Amino acid sequence: MTAMQIFFLIVGLVILGSALMVVTTGNLIHAALWLIVTLFGVAVLFAILNASFLAVVQVVVYIGAIAILFIFAVMLTHKEMRDRGPQLNNSWWLNAIISLLTFGGLFWMLQSWNGFSKVAADFPSSYDAVGQLGNALISPDAFVLPFEVASVLLLAALVGAVYIAFNPHSGDSRK
Amino acid sequence: MNLWNDPVNFIAHWLTSLFVGWGMAGWLASLIIQLIGVIVLILLMMLFDIFLVWVERKVVARFQDRLGPNRVGPFGLIQPFADIIKLLIKEDITPDGADKVVYNLAPILSLMSVLLLWAIVPLAPVIFGVDLNVGALYIIAAGSIGTLSIIMAAWSSNNKYALIGAFRQVAVLVSFEIPMIATMLIPTILAGSMGMNEIVQGQQTVWYVVLAPIAAIIFMIAAIAELGRSPFDLNEAESEIVAGFHIEYTGMKFGLFYAGELLHAFTFGGFWAILFLGGYHFFGLENLGPLVAAVILFAKAMFGYWVIMWIRYTVMRMRIDHMLAFNWKFLTPVAFVLLMLTALMNTLLRGTPSGVYILGMFLTNVLLGWIIVEILRGYSRSERQKTQNVAPAAATAHH
Amino acid sequence: MIPLSWFLILSAALFSIGLFGVLSRKNAVAILLGIELMLNAANINLVSFWRYGDVSQMAGQVFAIIVFAVAASEVAVGLALVISVYRRRNTVIADEIDLMKW
Repeated sequence: MTAMQIFFLIVGLVILGSALMVVTTGNLIHAALWLIVTLFGVAVLFAILNASFLAVVQVVVYIGAIAILFIFAVMLTHKEMRDRGPQLNNSWWLNAIISLLTFGGLFWMLQSWNGFSKVAADFPSSYDAVGQLGNALISPDAFVLPFEVASVLLLAALVGAVYIAFNPHSGDSRK
Repeated sequence: MNLWNDPVNFIAHWLTSLFVGWGMAGWLASLIIQLIGVIVLILLMMLFDIFLVWVERKVVARFQDRLGPNRVGPFGLIQPFADIIKLLIKEDITPDGADKVVYNLAPILSLMSVLLLWAIVPLAPVIFGVDLNVGALYIIAAGSIGTLSIIMAAWSSNNKYALIGAFRQVAVLVSFEIPMIATMLIPTILAGSMGMNEIVQGQQTVWYVVLAPIAAIIFMIAAIAELGRSPFDLNEAESEIVAGFHIEYTGMKFGLFYAGELLHAFTFGGFWAILFLGGYHFFGLENLGPLVAAVILFAKAMFGYWVIMWIRYTVMRMRIDHMLAFNWKFLTPVAFVLLMLTALMNTLLRGTPSGVYILGMFLTNVLLGWIIVEILRGYSRSERQKTQNVAPAAATAHH
Repeated sequence: MIPLSWFLILSAALFSIGLFGVLSRKNAVAILLGIELMLNAANINLVSFWRYGDVSQMAGQVFAIIVFAVAASEVAVGLALVISVYRRRNTVIADEIDLMKW
């Protein structure tokens, strides 16, 4: 077992452990903070996979924006800063079985695929993945259309979020 | 390779041969040496931070026509150590109802987010932590960890003033990140890389402050907002919300926030120098040796830090709605227009002699700056007329 | 070197944990947290397929970026909906938001 594999196992354990805390912990702010640990672990995985751009974007977008937004939402939807009572619904044991079955099904499906235990070729050291990604995103014979559609989606989400969350009764009479 | 031309690698090689001579495995030796490098860099920055406390206090004193610390040691140089002893022996209070783990984690994360930035600072052509090819984004990523530490500190303190401060700071950080990213893309376009080393090397002949002066100004404004310093110090506006997010922190935990803030300001002075003021380049003086280059970079970072302090102690605090309107209605559009213009001119002028290129870029910026000033003049004229028209009506209403 | 299977198993486990969160959480914000975990699991798969396949084909990374955009929009709209519901009904418990339910 190489040092890289040990490192991967540690990161994987951190990811899964914190993900379990996200779905089970009673305090929702703690759940959001555990989510940040998970997202950071995934960023480390991206770095292991030589996707440095995605690793940094993961930190910027997920930790810098999405997780902070979650913390805000939790704060805005609580009268007090504490939660009372169980946070899981009554059928949680059934859901746990469904999740385990999903995992089992995915595992069975994956291990029957012949590329399952594939080992990666060495990453070419002179290969400029960031530059290639940039070219792929804007060249017409690659992914310029999905990229532009994603930007339209973001704009639509922006307008939609503002419209939904805007409270007409909160009364700024000057507007 | 000798000690003068390449000190870091020289010492690293010497240590490697020493460790391997002791019978250590090669990869373990290199791992230990990298750890030593990280620890030495962090220790140097923390020691420098102590010096920054003295600089900050001395400079603010001069701006306010005072003497500043002058009792402990020559010119008060030992004063920060006295401050540290005071902070260490103060009672360490954790408020009732605080979330203890998060409360204690927040100051560490705050300082960590600043120290992380030094991993990509090229102190000299051969002295740098890592040469990330996504350096500019990395700055933003480390900044988002700083945002997180502020939210964690505020929420775990269980205090409304802290929470108000954090809400303000996050609203500011999230919105001022946009002009900051846009202006960091301008050196990226000019150098053709997001890596800090290549951006500095691209400024061998001409500093980017000449090619993109407006971008340098916008980056400085966004950096001050990100630091939460006056005129954007809404997060700790002491006349409104006492001390903002670190209101409940005492002793050395407060000290960590304070040290982090000072080092953050200095670090952004450093990034201003790297992105726009040529990094370690100073008219060929950096060729004398890497240590000279590092000293040049520190001097430039100190200049940037001084500009930040100058603005801090001169300009009054802005109101939050003015500040957000200033960002969304002024800085962001200007930054995007500038980004597009720079990309366009860079493509048009590619291949022309360097004199034409520099002049073209500079004149583009001057033209854009003139248009901005004209638009602002027109806007303020119309605003002035509005208030002048309203004033008599208000006066008659009083009678 | 790490075999591809490790990444796939990790991402399958993360997906299942996220699914558990979506199914069994009461709070609407916490359900969205579960969805984030599932999206991240998908991203791990996309990037590892890019790395273990032909690295000159950027499809994996491009799709991961589009997943980022989708996740950001989903969170923005989803949390706006949650806050809007909270204003009207004064609750964010998914079971209590049952006006449209028969």
